[in-house]
Amino acid sequence: MEENLSNQQNSAADNSNQASVGEQERLGSLIAGGAMVLMGLQQRSLRGVLMSLAGGGLAYHGMAGKKSWKDAVQGKLESATGMGQSIRVERTVTIQNQSPETLYQFWRNLENLPTVMKHLQSVTVTSPTRSHWVANLPVGDAIEWDAEIIADQENRLISWASVEAADVENSGFVRFQPSSHNRGTEVKVVMEYNPPAGIVGATFAKLFGESPDQQIADGLRHFKMLMEAGEIATTEGQPHGQR
Amino acid sequence: MKAVCWHGTNQVNVETVPDPKILNPRDAIVKITSTAICGSDLHLYDGFNPTMKQGDILGHEFMGEIVELGSAVRNKQIGDRVVVPFTISCGSCFFCSRDLWSLCDNSNPNAWMVEQVMGHSPSGLFGYSHLTGGYAGGQAEYARVPFADVGLFKVPDELTDEQLLFLTDIFPTGYMAAENCNIQPGDTVAVWGCGPVGQFAIRSAYLLGAERVIAIDRVPERLQMAQAGGAETLNYDETEVGEALNEMTGGRGPDSVMDAVGMEAHGAGLEGFYDKAMQAVRMETDRPTVLRQAIVACRKGGTVSVPGVYTGFVDKIPMGAFMNKGLTMKTGQTHVHRYLKPLTERIQKGEIDPSFLITHRLPLEEAPHAYEIFKHKRDSCVKVVLKP
Repeated sequence: MEENLSNQQNSAADNSNQASVGEQERLGSLIAGGAMVLMGLQQRSLRGVLMSLAGGGLAYHGMAGKKSWKDAVQGKLESATGMGQSIRVERTVTIQNQSPETLYQFWRNLENLPTVMKHLQSVTVTSPTRSHWVANLPVGDAIEWDAEIIADQENRLISWASVEAADVENSGFVRFQPSSHNRGTEVKVVMEYNPPAGIVGATFAKLFGESPDQQIADGLRHFKMLMEAGEIATTEGQPHGQR
Repeated sequence: MKAVCWHGTNQVNVETVPDPKILNPRDAIVKITSTAICGSDLHLYDGFNPTMKQGDILGHEFMGEIVELGSAVRNKQIGDRVVVPFTISCGSCFFCSRDLWSLCDNSNPNAWMVEQVMGHSPSGLFGYSHLTGGYAGGQAEYARVPFADVGLFKVPDELTDEQLLFLTDIFPTGYMAAENCNIQPGDTVAVWGCGPVGQFAIRSAYLLGAERVIAIDRVPERLQMAQAGGAETLNYDETEVGEALNEMTGGRGPDSVMDAVGMEAHGAGLEGFYDKAMQAVRMETDRPTVLRQAIVACRKGGTVSVPGVYTGFVDKIPMGAFMNKGLTMKTGQTHVHRYLKPLTERIQKGEIDPSFLITHRLPLEEAPHAYEIFKHKRDSCVKVVLKP
């Protein structure tokens, strides 16, 4: 896995995230290993790292290259104003009695995700690597975006990023890794959101009704419930007295 | 159906509410034949728990008959007579598969709330606030039971409801607390609190081979009931408990000590509690009076067993005594599922008849009165069973 992730350096996804061979190995093993990923990434953008590790050949890259103009200007603006900082989430659960294969299969069919991620209204697969996402907001309209799968390692890892013109630029990966001594499969999700300029963390969380961290945590919990217990625990629809 | 609903401090009403429905494939609906009020229900009644909502249906000690089954429940049948463990467990997670049912990963829909405070969440519970899932409880005519295939336990026809009902919580709770004492031949066990859990703990300690049980409380009828179970008793209003325990055990101290009171010191009437209630709401003063005493009283190398419920933080635990005396502490919500079969067998063999505990039998409609007499220990109330 490390080899897959680290031996390619032909990406020009994002100059600011261009990594040396040694650096790529370090990042590759970070994503494949047991450490906390976000701690190791520090100032790097997750999107840039995922792009650079996945290598070329994706339509997104050209576009991303063009985008970096805007990114560069916006980046300077944002660092001057302290706004537009990315929001990062890392969450892991261990799922008992299920192989990485089963869990990967569920996830790889992205249209399954709204079953466990309650903030998603729908995910529609539009091509082998592209999908269209619709998420509910607590107030106002839903938001929509397209995403592209950037790496797909069967039974191990799926990474993706939103493509151009997403309201909330986001990227991330999910990793499936057998735990030692038959203690189940560890499922780790790492996500990065870049809210539109001018929207900082707290406002973003309010916009989404709960924090992105909580959304991912809840989604993973529901995934675990469904895979281990066959259903998602609920009390919705049960009786109660006068409220 | 009729159900006992919570409406704030000291306020429960019997209301007509919609019948429960199957919500998940592993659910069942049980028509309730007997249901009890637990000491821990008083904690909700007293308004301690900030995650209760108006209209929540109370109750976690109930049994009855299956009237409806979800599509995924294949090992139970409509008409089965069953008891319902108060802990809700999926049966397949890391914890359930290690017989640690009250630590189930998959039964609390509101686990995130608990994680904020405790790091990780225990299982969901019936009728016990939204912190433990917000599940509608069993002081009602019907209840929905999730994971019915592993939760519901079919009981023998020849035993009565009154003999079986306490398998849902307090009998296994007292029994597990005694098991946690790691009782060896010749051992003396000291039990603080002669409420329902303490009563079962006393009898369970003997079932597990204790030589002596010394029980501590101050309510006369509860001390009498402890004596009827074979315990020597100490009234803490009349005696300095630590000193007495030392003298009674040859200066060595009890081999194991049990806190069957917990933060709910009011339940067993330990000290005035009402003025502390507001502090408990702010989750800063679970009152560990008993725990402190027990740690200091325990013999060196002994075991502290804590079935008493704590939910927040405690102050001034004598950690120096605990560490330097080399004590072990064992605790947890009860793994009820683990004990259903063996304890039913003990009842069948006549080793214990749990119905000794019941002092009041009332119709469900009289729940408001029942809560009041139980809370204030009026009319020698130790345990109320409600009949829907």
